[in-house]
Amino acid sequence: MNASVIIFYIIAAFILGAGILAVTTRKIFRSAIWLLFSLIGIASLYFWMQVEFVAAVQIVVYVGGIVVLIIFSIFLTQKSGDEMPKPLKNRSIFSALAVLFGFAFTFNLIKQYGFKQIESTPFEVKVSDIGNQMLSTTEHGFVLPFEVVSILLLAAMIGCIVIAMKVKHNEQ
Amino acid sequence: MFSLEGITNTVHEWLNNHFSPTLALLTEFVLVGVAAIALFALLGLGLVWMERKVAAVMQIRLGPNRVGPKGIFQTTADTLKLIMKEGLTPDGADKFLFNLAPYIVMIVAMLILAPIAFAKNFQIWDINIGVLYLSAVSSLSVIGVLMAGWASNNKYSLLGAMRSGAQIVSYELSAGLSVISIVVMTGSLSINDIILSQQNGWWIFKGHIPAFISFVIFIIAVTAETNRAPFDLAEAESELTAGFHTEYSGMKFALFFLAEYINIFIVCAIGATLFFGGWMPLHIGHWEGFNHVMDYIPSSIWFFGKTIGLIFLIMWFRWTFPRLRIDQLLNLEWKYLLPISMFNLILMTIVAIMGWHF
Repeated sequence: MNASVIIFYIIAAFILGAGILAVTTRKIFRSAIWLLFSLIGIASLYFWMQVEFVAAVQIVVYVGGIVVLIIFSIFLTQKSGDEMPKPLKNRSIFSALAVLFGFAFTFNLIKQYGFKQIESTPFEVKVSDIGNQMLSTTEHGFVLPFEVVSILLLAAMIGCIVIAMKVKHNEQ
Repeated sequence: MFSLEGITNTVHEWLNNHFSPTLALLTEFVLVGVAAIALFALLGLGLVWMERKVAAVMQIRLGPNRVGPKGIFQTTADTLKLIMKEGLTPDGADKFLFNLAPYIVMIVAMLILAPIAFAKNFQIWDINIGVLYLSAVSSLSVIGVLMAGWASNNKYSLLGAMRSGAQIVSYELSAGLSVISIVVMTGSLSINDIILSQQNGWWIFKGHIPAFISFVIFIIAVTAETNRAPFDLAEAESELTAGFHTEYSGMKFALFFLAEYINIFIVCAIGATLFFGGWMPLHIGHWEGFNHVMDYIPSSIWFFGKTIGLIFLIMWFRWTFPRLRIDQLLNLEWKYLLPISMFNLILMTIVAIMGWHF
């Protein structure tokens, strides 16, 4: 067991611990903060795997964007400081069963895959390569999904503006 | 000639000659950590003193002048006082998050320090996506502010945190776009490559008007992002007592205060790196003689000189402009700065493609 493996287990324990706390805490703001820590843990896992670009994007999108949005919506809802009521017994049993089933299913899939150790040099992805691949029209290019997502985002943005827009009513 | 690179190389060699490589690496980690904390402490003391002196000069008074020559130990005395004070935690507060928030703010400030090049070959982590890393990690600092504002269980704090969140999230866009315009010129995200590309002149001179526009936008946006006047609505004392840190006292307050100054240093260091060449001395095209003379000044002095110059500029803003209202603040960003910086980015791309820069 070398230092790299030890660091992996520390990060994994951090992610899982924060994730469990996020679903078990009864204060909604704390739950958002634990989710944040869990997502930061995943970003650090990417850093550990030396895919820095994905790690940075993970932080920008999930931590800097989505969690901040979640926190804002918690701020704007009422009674966010109170403790939530305890979940009903029946519900917790069924959710525990769902978790167990999901775990068993994923574990089975991963076990069947049987990871092989690949003796290869660590790959380094240049940011310019990512950009070229994203906009290339050749066989393995991603220009079509890229454009589709762009259109989707544009539509979402226009929708937001329409919702937020003040319509001037003529009083007279 | 004095250079920080020489010191680090000597330490590295000595450690590797006396200990095993693993132990030497661990020792280096500890040394880097201690150096970063020492830098933070020095910056905190120095910049607060500088701010008070600059404020005094702007307002035609003397400023601190009793403790030590020119009042230079005033901030040390203040820090000692803050350490002595009791760190209160309000009864109605969420105690865990209340005590965690100042540390989050400090840790984020420390993480941003990693890819900054302080001198030639003197950098903690030469990551290949340096600029993206900087903008990613600096988006985390808003979390600490939101946490502090919410956990205090105080209306002023909550309002301050909301304002600060809205402000940081919106001004991040302009700051990011102006950073990207320099990345377009350089063609690389690595801090080291960006500095080396300015060997024959800094980008602010080489990039013509677009570079200058993006520098102006950058300075405005980072002033807003660090919650400095004229954009200090998150802690506007005339409206919100002290904003998100109303309930904090003693060392916990000191950590917020320190983080503010550290963040100013960091954004000014980023600005100096992108627009003024970081540690790169003032080089003009092919004037060999002139460039050689400039090389005699150590690179660390160039870096810290430029950074402190930009810090002075931001302090100057604080004592010159009146505070904006919250709607004016958001209008400025969304209706003026963002369209201008988007247009500027297109202009910059055209300049880069046509090769119109030097």
